[in-house]
Amino acid sequence: MLYSEEVVDHFSNPRNVGEIEDANGVGEVGNAKCGDIMKMYMKINNGIIEDVKFKTFGCGAAIATSSMATELIKGKPIEDALKLTNKAVVDALGGLPAVKLHCSVLAEQAIKAALSDYYTRQGIDPLPIVGEIGECEHCH
Amino acid sequence: MEKRFVYADNAATTPVSKAVLDEMMPYFTEKFGNASSIYALGRNAQRDLENARERVAKTIGASASEIYFTSGGSESDNWAIRSVCERLALKGKKHIITSVFEHHAVLHVCQALEKQGFEVTYLPVYENGLVKVEDVENAIREDTALVTIMYANNEIGTVQPIAEIGKICREKKVLFHTDAVQAVGHVEIDVVKQNIDMLSISGHKINAQKGVGALYVKKGIALTNLIYGGAQERNKRAGTENLPAIMGFAKAMEIACTDIEKRAEKTAKQRDRLITEILKISHTRLNGDPVKRLPGTVNISIEGIEGESLLLMLDINGICASSGSACTSGSLDPSHVLLALGLKHEVAHGSLRLSISDETTDEDIDYIIEVVPQVVKRLRDMSPLWEKMMAEENK
Repeated sequence: MLYSEEVVDHFSNPRNVGEIEDANGVGEVGNAKCGDIMKMYMKINNGIIEDVKFKTFGCGAAIATSSMATELIKGKPIEDALKLTNKAVVDALGGLPAVKLHCSVLAEQAIKAALSDYYTRQGIDPLPIVGEIGECEHCH
Repeated sequence: MEKRFVYADNAATTPVSKAVLDEMMPYFTEKFGNASSIYALGRNAQRDLENARERVAKTIGASASEIYFTSGGSESDNWAIRSVCERLALKGKKHIITSVFEHHAVLHVCQALEKQGFEVTYLPVYENGLVKVEDVENAIREDTALVTIMYANNEIGTVQPIAEIGKICREKKVLFHTDAVQAVGHVEIDVVKQNIDMLSISGHKINAQKGVGALYVKKGIALTNLIYGGAQERNKRAGTENLPAIMGFAKAMEIACTDIEKRAEKTAKQRDRLITEILKISHTRLNGDPVKRLPGTVNISIEGIEGESLLLMLDINGICASSGSACTSGSLDPSHVLLALGLKHEVAHGSLRLSISDETTDEDIDYIIEVVPQVVKRLRDMSPLWEKMMAEENK
């Protein structure tokens, strides 16, 4: 498996690993059977993602994409996070092997799942804002 | 402990040893002749080639005329199975018996033959990773062309009851092939005593170079032509012989098949230390029978983590190992071998295979034992699956 230097770096030293105790948005995607689960914690204030952390069960690419995705949205407005595509995560990582692209989809979905949870907690229907969080095609 | 490089993936491949390389070197330069040439340089090459055949044959109790040099295990498996099946199909025998956890070089040939109208019985291997002799016996039918069961499994290292299966096959007059790629040099093999009709060997698992191996075929069994275009390998496999590789392979076989018991004793001690110590990590299990296994192979499932990230993290620490996770195979499903043992997908994803050799030192073992728990802890700390498992337990 040929991983880029960025992937190896983010896997070896993942950024933003852990939990946020007073998170106000938490999302989890993936399943154990397929071999990857991503859980994302967000602390959102005034529409800004002030802090974000993750926990991931999965391969090197899954951990690296989680790490990169959190880096890309940390300190950013919610709108920016909603616009983040899996492709942007892949590009930031200097590419991923084809068989690992689903990991980046999972990262995009984890962000959306956490934001959905945030809106739900605020009493706002997340669907019109976040949209449907598709199941990972890879797994189902 | 100071970081060190530990190669613990000898079931994947091995380095060419000094003795093997020394044996090979003259055949690149001064002894470069084509074994088909008439002059002394060619005749000497022919002589050394046939001598190598004799040397290889001797290590497994065969005759020189029963050894065919090939490019390795996969070719040998393909050639053996196709030869027998294509020939016996003409006599109406279109049934193959194999096991669910064979190497893909066997399984995929069987699947290809199924498309050509063959029926294949895939025997179970149970929780301990062993084929039952009575299952083989019960599966044999009038139209069975071949039984092909691996000598030792490549992922979990369990050693199959080959002599017993060979006996049954001989009694029932069914041909018996075994993929012995992982077993050669680690267990005593005697094709006559163990009633083996065909046996596949790979060079690079026993310190010869990659791309060389052999197929043993008992006298009287006809092989189909693999490559047309020359008289090499008794007209069955054309192409100028790769003499340096073959000479090195012969040397490697001689070394690998010497003092097996004594060497295995040392390696098995180290293996058992690995097993004992790694199993001290909670939520781990040894895959495959604890006793009927290769002296150097360990396969342990570690719950709550995924195999590929485990391997990458071990690599950062200088340890080369292997896993049966889907992510390392490039497919969606974890290893067919681990699933055959009845492991759940999520448990199979987190497996670790360590395969040690004569070269492995006690310090290497110490290092692995120290690093693995640290790496597992680090990955579990970031695993939501592990978090969930612990929450369930503490309820």
